[in-house]
Amino acid sequence: MAMVEFKDVQKYFGDFHALKDINLKVDSGETVVVIGPSGSGKSTLIRTINGLESIQSGQLIVNGYDLASKKTNLNLIRKDVGMVFQHFNLYANKTILENIMLAPRIVLHRDEKENKQIANELLEKVGLTSQANKFPAQLSGGQQQRAAIARSLAMKPKCLLFDEPTSALDPEMIGDVLNVMKDIARDSDMTMIVVTHEMGFAREVANRVVFMADGQILEDDSSDVFFKGEPKNERAKRFLSNIIAH
Amino acid sequence: MIEIFQNYGDALLRGFGETILCSIIALIFALIIGSGFAILESTPIRWLRIIARAYIELFRNIPLLVITMFFYVVIPMYVLDISGFVAGTIGLILYSSAFIAETVRAGIQSVDTGQMEGARANGLTFWQAMRYIILPQAFRYVLPPLGNQFINLVKNSSVLAFVAGFDLMYQGNVIASDSLQSMSTYMCVGVLYLIITLPLSYYMRYLEHRLS
Repeated sequence: MAMVEFKDVQKYFGDFHALKDINLKVDSGETVVVIGPSGSGKSTLIRTINGLESIQSGQLIVNGYDLASKKTNLNLIRKDVGMVFQHFNLYANKTILENIMLAPRIVLHRDEKENKQIANELLEKVGLTSQANKFPAQLSGGQQQRAAIARSLAMKPKCLLFDEPTSALDPEMIGDVLNVMKDIARDSDMTMIVVTHEMGFAREVANRVVFMADGQILEDDSSDVFFKGEPKNERAKRFLSNIIAH
Repeated sequence: MIEIFQNYGDALLRGFGETILCSIIALIFALIIGSGFAILESTPIRWLRIIARAYIELFRNIPLLVITMFFYVVIPMYVLDISGFVAGTIGLILYSSAFIAETVRAGIQSVDTGQMEGARANGLTFWQAMRYIILPQAFRYVLPPLGNQFINLVKNSSVLAFVAGFDLMYQGNVIASDSLQSMSTYMCVGVLYLIITLPLSYYMRYLEHRLS
């Protein structure tokens, strides 16, 4: 079953054509990595999936909801589709534990005791048990990102979107965050769509690699084909060889 | 000054009480209404923003005295008989709420946009995000300018003197013309205003300190 399906989607920012003729289908449980040069529309693409960006034409179905329709209640989609941001976006006025517990409490009306138990389990999973009562500003970038992942997981989403989750981190922080993401990809049947430059992560856990440039999807391969074989597209080939060379 | 207090203490205290009462009522309502319009101005819904903008620009750009006179003169003539105190307090609420709305709106805008995005992506509605995430942070930012607005509000309550609101300034005017000691009278009045505004300003600073 398709979790996310784009059909001929167009997205404009004013006159700027940000997404051109996007056709993409992501099945439930798949892990898809989206790569491409900056400004290619990767972030815009995944931000349309939970309605942070609207689309101007075409069809976009997420978890059975039609995102092109104005009648669709985006909050219903967002209950099942979490997002992890480049700059974490943790609630600055709440502790880490409260960050994780807030949405399940007021959106899902989860029982308080159960909520706390789930939150503590997630904190342990991402290795932040000792930081539970600190505020986001007191944590390092890597810790904040792991807390943000825990916050998304607390909603028990069917699909998780990652928007360059490691781009704002110091190099030595990246490994811990990627390990948490790999665990999720391996241990759960959650659909993951990840915008990243981390080729190691893509090679290890992605089922598919999507290459974007200038607002278009130029290449959409299984990761085996992408990394072992040669991408068919010239631009993708160049991009890949530039990254691998370093 | 002591003589004024001895001879007119009762009247001064009554005026003092009215000024405090008017200020408290106006402060509470102006804060609620002002914050309400600040939130409306920050919604993604265009017509709500237009309404909020119109309200703020209207009451921010008309002199307080004119608004008050409208309620003191025009409303009793056509609608409802209201006292000078009520007319003055309503005028003060409308006028102050426009400035408070501007202040709170600036606070909401100074909260990083990622906070709202994070909250919406997390499944919160716009109103939930405002209530739990944006407003608590916004109020922390705007506490100092909000304190200024509160102090202005207390001082502006002297507009009641023009519409027989029996406030501190009104009593001061009466006493000054009765005793013919204008200087001492207005000094007494000034001291009584300070008794309200100085603790208020101190308290706002304390709050600011505690929240930072």
